[in-house]
Amino acid sequence: MSVVTVQLGQCGNQIGFEVFDALYTDSHCPQGLCSKRENEAYQASCKERFFSEEENGVPSARAILVDMEPKVTNQTLSKAAQSGRWKYGQHSCFCQKQGSGNNWAYGYSVHGPRHEESIMNLIQKEVEKCDSLSGFFIIMSMAGGTGSGLGAFVTQNLQDQYSNSLKMNHIIWPYETGEVIVQNYNSILTLSHLYRSSDALLVHENDAVHKICAKLMNIKQISFSDINQVLAHQLGSVFQPTYSVEGSCHYRRNPLGDLMENLVPHPEFKMLGIRNIPQMSENSLAYSTFTWAGLLKHLRQMLISNSKMEEGIDWQVRPPLSRLPTLGKASLNRELQFNTSIANLVILRGKDVHSADLGKKLRAYIHQYTKFGLEEEDFLDSFTLLEQVVASYCNL
Amino acid sequence: MTQSVVVQVGQCGNQIGCCFWDLALREHAAVNQKGIYDEALSSFFRNVDTRVVGDGGSISKGKICTLKARAVLIDMEEGVVNEILQGPLRDVFDSKQLITDISGSGNNWAVGHKVFGSLYQEKILEKLRKSAEHCDCLQCFFIIHSMGGGTGSGLGTFLLKMLEDEFPEVYRFVTSVYPSGEDDVITSPYNSILAMKELNEHADCVLPIDNQSLFDIISKIDLMVNSGKLGTTIKPKSLITSSAGAVKKRHQKPFDAMNNIVANLLLNLTSSARFEGSLNMDLNEISMNLVPFPQLHYLVSSLTPLYTLADVNIPTRRLDQMFSDAFSKDHQLIRADPKHSLYLACALMVRGNVQVSDLRRNIERLKPSLQFVSWNQEGWKTSLCSVPPVGHSHSLLALANNTCVKPTFMELRERFMRLYKKKAHLHHYLQIEGMEESCFMEALSSLSGLIEEYNQLDATKSMPVEDFPRLSVAM
Repeated sequence: MSVVTVQLGQCGNQIGFEVFDALYTDSHCPQGLCSKRENEAYQASCKERFFSEEENGVPSARAILVDMEPKVTNQTLSKAAQSGRWKYGQHSCFCQKQGSGNNWAYGYSVHGPRHEESIMNLIQKEVEKCDSLSGFFIIMSMAGGTGSGLGAFVTQNLQDQYSNSLKMNHIIWPYETGEVIVQNYNSILTLSHLYRSSDALLVHENDAVHKICAKLMNIKQISFSDINQVLAHQLGSVFQPTYSVEGSCHYRRNPLGDLMENLVPHPEFKMLGIRNIPQMSENSLAYSTFTWAGLLKHLRQMLISNSKMEEGIDWQVRPPLSRLPTLGKASLNRELQFNTSIANLVILRGKDVHSADLGKKLRAYIHQYTKFGLEEEDFLDSFTLLEQVVASYCNL
Repeated sequence: MTQSVVVQVGQCGNQIGCCFWDLALREHAAVNQKGIYDEALSSFFRNVDTRVVGDGGSISKGKICTLKARAVLIDMEEGVVNEILQGPLRDVFDSKQLITDISGSGNNWAVGHKVFGSLYQEKILEKLRKSAEHCDCLQCFFIIHSMGGGTGSGLGTFLLKMLEDEFPEVYRFVTSVYPSGEDDVITSPYNSILAMKELNEHADCVLPIDNQSLFDIISKIDLMVNSGKLGTTIKPKSLITSSAGAVKKRHQKPFDAMNNIVANLLLNLTSSARFEGSLNMDLNEISMNLVPFPQLHYLVSSLTPLYTLADVNIPTRRLDQMFSDAFSKDHQLIRADPKHSLYLACALMVRGNVQVSDLRRNIERLKPSLQFVSWNQEGWKTSLCSVPPVGHSHSLLALANNTCVKPTFMELRERFMRLYKKKAHLHHYLQIEGMEESCFMEALSSLSGLIEEYNQLDATKSMPVEDFPRLSVAM
């Protein structure tokens, strides 16, 4: 079953490219540890999920690129085409000329309705190309204008139009010290809207991934493409095919459905996080040996102590819950977990709400949002919803 | 990709504008090796086939034929514009984009605003509409002028109201040169305060600049070049300060170096919108992030580095030095000390080979020494553009919405009051039709209101952070 990806905004598009690249490279990796038959089955399964076959043999990613200004999408399309190994569909890109100005209201209330039809048409075309649709994977950031505002709008539309399909939103939590000044407002509005219309929210924090790059991968000057590659690596391990009950050559058919079935038992608790080990640069891989048991133990430790990396674990006891093992080609392991360790995220979110609240008390920046039809009540609604979610998690 | 139109008004505005266009051409020439008219170029230039008579000559893609600047040049005396038209940039400007008169405004805001405003209203509107029509998607008007004179200050601000009415969706960014203490125009306080009222009401964003700061920066650079410090060799004619290389024998005019700094400011401001990068920042994001309250839209700018060092391999320390410099009061383009005042918001626009980790490291490093307003403690907006400016490997433009502009305004008000109390020179203004004493009083109260808002924010500086109770919800 196939997954259609929607990449929104600069962040979404940059990450999306890295994800497809990682998926492709992983499934076509020359050094195999398994038998040839297994390899082929794996490749076929992976390809069916994320790529569709085109005439000239170059697989085309099942993705839609959306951005309100052309620079990033042009870059992404040309990078993919240049690689020669895979590409984006010719007509899968939608862009406008003027961006959203980091304004959630502009993305949601202006760009959304204006371009609703074109974007939904594009998605429809991509869906029709699939034999069977597993669901949607939407990549966006929370701090900007297009990813956050337009992303929330598109997710809502998908909820209306494709109510039987699952939607997983991949959201990027901005740096604590700020990359966009109004990121608190944008994040709160996005989260509250997504909570109502999405099925699962997979969160990646820029700060955490940055630390992984710095400490584990030893990159000196970390660029956004380094961060995106780590992200893609983690996502890859989630989405690559996993064995089904029948045996070693049969892969589970429904990636999103399986994940959600196990991880989102109650619609109130939708936030997911990823822990992935091992994370290290290509160079050190040659010098390390792993055993499966060792990796699992490490992962369990990470879970219990709520840390995102192998190093610097701080010990606190909390009960872990479900796990889903995978057997991929490279010795990867990942764990997707939903439990009260999310308390960390919740605390982060709480802080966000608090600082956004402070700003709102003084009506700072509100005029920029009311210009595009957002009212103060909308802000209040968002705050309330998120406070409720925070409270539910705390109660667990 | 969006387009911007530059409107240069008055002697100061046109001279700065001229430097801007020269640098813009140079920058695009360095980046655009193939001579294809691309989207980055289209943000400031039109591609025109000059053999076609009339309006039909615009070409949207393909090789560059002739580049015409998206600019409107306005001056009420002919000297400056004529000089531009005889200089090396004469082909860049379309003759239909100029509006000139003969007599000038006599350093009188009222003449510029009321007399020439009404006289040329239709003509100016027509030219602006024309230039907007040539744009696919017009995003922003950049207005360059001075505050102390007559045309720039009077007619320049008259324009603002017109732009707001005619093009309400297009942003208005104003680069204003404020009169310094030893300004030679006696009526400059009157002109400035009358102009400030218009800026308060009709501009989206104002970048105030003063000549004294620019002059100090140039002197410092000269000092560094001539001091011959051991171990550092500095390229004497960096692009920041001169347009040398354009015409070899041209005698450098006194304001050229200073105007070049302002031109660089405008280029760096728009670089992330024109060129690619890993974290883009468009012009509408500047207003969105840096203007928390509509009235407080005055942004203090600082540009680093100001000279190029000859060694190519820049160690990390130098990069960090660039960030520290941006916050020192010697690098600000207006006399202000942001470190000791309250920050409402700050934007860092980096160009060149700088990555996000460098940015984050420096923000962490500098944050403790800067005071941010309590509700915006993480008030940083960042952008990374991969294309560096010509002649440098990286550069940084810092825009700060900071209460340190307050002293400048207060000083202006002081000078205004000194003249106004004695009613000195007032008759020149009052004899113009439409000017009354109430105009002066309104302008003064508008400025006082602005200063009061800054005062209120400053008052919160020493207060502890109020802990607002969180919303409590029933479970």
